[in-house]
Amino acid sequence: MAVIDVNEKNFEQEVLKSDKVVLADFNADWCGPCQMLKPIVHEIADERADVKVVSINIDDEEDLAEKYEVFSIPCVVAFKNGEEVARSVGFKPKAELLKLIGD
Amino acid sequence: MYDIIIIGAGPAGLTSAIYAKRASKSVLVLEAKAYGGQIINTPDIENYPVAAHISGFEFATKVYEQAQALGAEFVFEKAVDIRDLGDIKEVVTESNVYQAKAVIIATGSENRKLGVEREDELVGRGISYCATCDGAFYRKKSVAVVGGGNTALEDALYLADIAEKVYIIHRRDEFRGEDATVKSLKERENVEFVLNSQVVKLNADKRLESIEVLNKDGSTRVIEVKGLFVAVGRIPENQNFGKVVNLDQSGYIVAGEDCTTNAKGIFVAGDNRVKNVRQLVTATADGAVAVSEAVKYINNL
Repeated sequence: MAVIDVNEKNFEQEVLKSDKVVLADFNADWCGPCQMLKPIVHEIADERADVKVVSINIDDEEDLAEKYEVFSIPCVVAFKNGEEVARSVGFKPKAELLKLIGD
Repeated sequence: MYDIIIIGAGPAGLTSAIYAKRASKSVLVLEAKAYGGQIINTPDIENYPVAAHISGFEFATKVYEQAQALGAEFVFEKAVDIRDLGDIKEVVTESNVYQAKAVIIATGSENRKLGVEREDELVGRGISYCATCDGAFYRKKSVAVVGGGNTALEDALYLADIAEKVYIIHRRDEFRGEDATVKSLKERENVEFVLNSQVVKLNADKRLESIEVLNKDGSTRVIEVKGLFVAVGRIPENQNFGKVVNLDQSGYIVAGEDCTTNAKGIFVAGDNRVKNVRQLVTATADGAVAVSEAVKYINNL
């Protein structure tokens, strides 16, 4: 599945009400480590039908970043049934990201 | 067996890979995290010849692709040891052992930590080592910077434009950094100097709420800040190699401008070498020099 761009309007629907586990990638264009992480996040989205991967641009979505207390990016937050279950900050290899969803 | 194993895929290691491939040597590059090293955190590089403006990420990606196109192999594993068996060197990673005739250590450096309890847990929840990366999240909030060098002073100046209030905490009453920057900081109304003091405690529930600082005179003070930017220097990532090559007191590998260590066939390139100027351009230069010496060494085996 493709990575879905999420904003304030569709966040509830796409993330909080998702049946699947969600990996939310908070990022920005100016952030180098975010660009390094991007291909990995896309790989997970392509390979894992059981996981929904979403991307949130923190410059456009300041309120979401604030609400979820994102203070450093890249920040990947795992949500299950609308609740945060794990998060990782900074560039991480794929295996580390998969650990967020219990793999 | 490879001709050359390069440990680290930052600017020094990647440049080594380019030079080694162009010298027709077989090359394996081992990298613990991602290619690029610390330069990927720099939003805009303005002091590298030819490129007036280039982001660290774009720079790293271009050099990485250049090395790949020339045929350098990349494996993303952390090197934990080097075994010097004379004409053969073994590089041990967390999952494999690789052999080569020569090794170039280009592991660079990492941020020095404060060493205060809960520091690791609060990274990304108030603790940061990169003001230009994370400063934007502290708009209109109070923050503190710890350190006395240029990085700390420049971080404080950068944050003074964003944050409501910036405390600069330093364990002495004089700064190692430039006087001009100190002067600019003193002119800012929202900057407060907390001197002769060190951070001894981080108060946080889920995220940083305040810090406790201890003054030389024994008094303590609690300062409410949402962010604490740590700029107390960097430490070379040579911890795993002290058995095979000589390190100086600060942990840097001892080698002159020829990048040759005390161990024959083991070379060093980049920020983890003893040197005065640690810049992108000196890292890439080391890459070329280290390979030149490594090739000479291999050809004489």
